[in-house]
Amino acid sequence: MTAARIGTGGEVGIVPTGVANLEAVRSAFRRLGRTPRVLDSAVDIERAEYVVLPGVGSFADGMAELRRRGWEEALRRRVESLRPTLGICLGLQLLCDASDEAPGTPGLGCVSGRAVRLAGAGRVPQLGWNRIAAPTAAVFLRPGIVYFANSYRLEEVPAGWTGATGRHGTRFVAGFERGGVLACQFHPELSGRIGAALLNRWLEEAPAAAEASEGMTDRARMAAAC
Amino acid sequence: MLNVRVIPCLDVKDGRVVKGIRFANLADQGDPAALARRYERQGADEIVILDVSATADGRLARFETIGRVRDEISIPLTVGGGVRTVEDGGALLQAGADRVSVNTAAVEQPELLAGLSSRFGAQCAVLALDAARAPSNGFPSGFEVLTHSGSNRTGLDAAEWARKATERGAGEILLTSFDRDGTRSGYDLALIGAIREAVPVPIVASGGGAHPGHMRAAVDAGADAVLAASIFHQGDWSIGRLKDRLQQLGVAVRR
Repeated sequence: MTAARIGTGGEVGIVPTGVANLEAVRSAFRRLGRTPRVLDSAVDIERAEYVVLPGVGSFADGMAELRRRGWEEALRRRVESLRPTLGICLGLQLLCDASDEAPGTPGLGCVSGRAVRLAGAGRVPQLGWNRIAAPTAAVFLRPGIVYFANSYRLEEVPAGWTGATGRHGTRFVAGFERGGVLACQFHPELSGRIGAALLNRWLEEAPAAAEASEGMTDRARMAAAC
Repeated sequence: MLNVRVIPCLDVKDGRVVKGIRFANLADQGDPAALARRYERQGADEIVILDVSATADGRLARFETIGRVRDEISIPLTVGGGVRTVEDGGALLQAGADRVSVNTAAVEQPELLAGLSSRFGAQCAVLALDAARAPSNGFPSGFEVLTHSGSNRTGLDAAEWARKATERGAGEILLTSFDRDGTRSGYDLALIGAIREAVPVPIVASGGGAHPGHMRAAVDAGADAVLAASIFHQGDWSIGRLKDRLQQLGVAVRR
């Protein structure tokens, strides 16, 4: 398998969060005609047109791996500039301030919110296919049945983001998006045709959506500079 | 609300799908990647691959098979067979599995489930529990845990073991009735009920499921997912037709 060179346009870079199984994500993008590459430097995170932050594993381990590699700042800059970036499952939670799974471990803090344990009538972990609702204003997220494997949830869609929600005993955030950034609590790479269509929309629409959010980009840059 | 998952199981030996009765008399059923692809197209919610000779051969499930199946499907893939260490689990995930199931080694090494769960998350750590009706009164649930593909009786009570395994971090129980495996006589509902009472995690019912009525009964008994093999391999039911029928029976399934 030949890997796309980072910095040549159109390349999909996957952030190895240490414990994630990357094969499902890689094969999903391969089926969409892309040649994803596992990233190995902070510079690549800057350069790649698309960056995927997958996540299976614990919040503490995921953050520890990003810190060990010194990638937190590069990821934060990408997300705050709303460049095409996809967080999956734990990857969504890592974008937030914190998680009850790892009290005292700060997340990337790109969006405000704290992940809490799923509770109520639904079994934990939530394992399987659940229906989500998405607003028509969303560019990427659509209503449908998608695959989840999670024990923690975000309770509210972060302010300023467009979000999808679902119910599992209690209401939870299924995903949110803004500019070229998409975060999914479910696994699009494991959600059959619906998941593949979502990944394809993100590949096709995210660069333009990121451009269109230029105003926010400036504010994000200023905020990052403070 | 979660849909009830319909899961075809591929028992794999020497790179081919096989199926027997009560874990014996295995007959060839086809190529794992071709079958997995067909089942996803029919509407399967997940694929389970069990390398049935891995433990006996003293090796891990074959990476090559896992990789070939992974490339074909965009639904979750659970793999079991010969996992003895957390590193073995990591190797299967790297090969393309999304979740890892452990059976024999989980009984022999109490720390294995805890290790898999803390390293990869509870959703990754599946306990494959093979149980048979107990021969004596020493089993409160009435069921005994078997290991080594059903050839070894452990003396453990199935419900007690399920509870312990869940406390250690198992995020799901793949519950196979040895008595019903391959018999097409329906899932062992008493077994499902006994485990449902013992643990809060999802239960996949396995062993004996041959038609939608069996599956509806398993769900009523407490199963979150239903697994079957021979009825799909031998073409008695396509998954699409089965799901239509399940829906008519009032079971919520993904269409």
